[in-house]
Amino acid sequence: MINASLSELSAALAAKTISAVELATLFLDRIDRLNPGLNAFIALDREQTLAQARAADASGKVGAGDTPLAGIPLAHKDIFCTKGWRTSCGSRMLENFVSPYDAHVVEKLAAAGMVTLGKLNMDEFAMGSSNETSYFGPVKNPWDTSRVPGGSSGGSAAAIAARLAPAATGTDTGGSIRQPAALCGLTGLKPTYGAVSRYGMIAFASSLDQAGPMAKSAEDCALLLNAMAGFDERDSTSLERPAEDYARDLEKPLQGLRIGLPGEFFGEGMDADVRAAVDAALDQYRKLGATTVEVSLPNSGLSVPAYYVIAPAEASSNLSRFDGVRYGYRAPEYGDLNDMYSKSRAQGFGAEVKRRILIGTYVLSHGYYDAYYLKAQKIRRLIAADFQKAFESCDVIMGPTSPSVAFAFGAKSADPVQMYLSDIYTISTNLAGLPGMSLPCGFGNGGMPVGLQIIGNWFGEAKMLNVAHQYQQVTDWHTRMPQLAGAAQ
Amino acid sequence: MSLTPEDVSRIALLSRIELSAAERETTREQLNGILGFIEQLQAIDTAGIEPMAHAVDVVQRLRPDVVTETDRRADFQAVAPETEAGLYLVPKVIE
Repeated sequence: MINASLSELSAALAAKTISAVELATLFLDRIDRLNPGLNAFIALDREQTLAQARAADASGKVGAGDTPLAGIPLAHKDIFCTKGWRTSCGSRMLENFVSPYDAHVVEKLAAAGMVTLGKLNMDEFAMGSSNETSYFGPVKNPWDTSRVPGGSSGGSAAAIAARLAPAATGTDTGGSIRQPAALCGLTGLKPTYGAVSRYGMIAFASSLDQAGPMAKSAEDCALLLNAMAGFDERDSTSLERPAEDYARDLEKPLQGLRIGLPGEFFGEGMDADVRAAVDAALDQYRKLGATTVEVSLPNSGLSVPAYYVIAPAEASSNLSRFDGVRYGYRAPEYGDLNDMYSKSRAQGFGAEVKRRILIGTYVLSHGYYDAYYLKAQKIRRLIAADFQKAFESCDVIMGPTSPSVAFAFGAKSADPVQMYLSDIYTISTNLAGLPGMSLPCGFGNGGMPVGLQIIGNWFGEAKMLNVAHQYQQVTDWHTRMPQLAGAAQ
Repeated sequence: MSLTPEDVSRIALLSRIELSAAERETTREQLNGILGFIEQLQAIDTAGIEPMAHAVDVVQRLRPDVVTETDRRADFQAVAPETEAGLYLVPKVIE
């Protein structure tokens, strides 16, 4: 049951082979046993979970055609406000924040009948690529617990890889769904900007943040995205578009598919083991009838520096709301009002979050705004234009998700810039607002998973999922699971 | 360009983040590392390029001017550090 796809779980629930309560209990027991070694979950509440499962069993949604996910458990990245649950965003600042409302995504998945198993660890305020910035301690990669799971949705990735949850929500501002999916051997999708509502998703960089599904396969991601996406008037950048079935094209053959390979993604910087796995995946695609064409994204090398102007700028503005007045941490001792703000923020935020607020404040400050912030926004347009030019000659773009497999704890924490460069292949997609996904395509050094990245044009989710699903029909990388100590089922 | 200790203090003040003297020096080194990294943007010719503030071109939606929210003050203040009689308490601002 722990390896079952969402469709299989749906069928088992419909056939009454298992109930939602039994299924939730199975995963909760597994979490109790294995989570202490992984630190993926940072909030659990068996009573609430089982109450939701009982409600699902009694709802009539299980087995109904329009709610295929009813009764299936999932877990939420702790960036999503979840009513009645502690929602910390991985920060001491929100250590005691119990959300008074649900994020749109949480609301939608609950309405679909899904059952919340708990809240998942993450880099503090989603700022990090290794999960080492969480106030609640790092998440361990289930494939090798001396290595990072990636970030910022590292708890989501580790929980699914270890089969502590069949699926999870994630968010991706610069690669935070795709990079941990790659490092933990999962399938994850960042939708087109605006496809999924940001309401109730704690803001990091609002022009880049986007929520998406993380699961074992493209088919599972399609079913989850069907339930997550949709217009929400409470998000001012939510797109008003007719609902679509993201699973509609899964079975289409790939004959004639044109895959664009950007030279910039295949140059130096990519480890040899990653390259070998990605090259083998491309060969597989050629066997499936696709052709590969060379494309160029000449400005993509500028995406990391441009991102580290734009994202901190937006973060410094967004995180100004944490002032120790309306919610969140307040320092125990302070003098005047400014001292209260400064001490509460100094004690409530961790080092990486503070660094980004400081950088963001600087690039927005008088005298530097044009030189840094406007300059980066102009380069953002160049990066986005490169993609549109590339899509004139291809249907999807492929490359590695991450330049290396999962690295050891501490390997990149001393130098912030080195850590930032681990998102070198994913960040340009966020700047352009395009959808992107990662799927497992083999194993590299140390037996660690390698991720293949697919980038689509705006609203190309169904196409990307089709391309990923067809690959998963002829390969079994996505079905592999790590051997965990004490995991005997 | 490189930040001086005074620059770091000014940015920290604007950010409302207290830094100890020791933190200030480490922070200065790290911020200079990051600024050195983003300096490469300056070499790019962006004459005539419109800044891109958002990933998709959307215009602000308007809605009818009607009440859509219910009063949830008690719920929202339950998560505040200090409140009294429906008000948020902060240190005295006006003597």
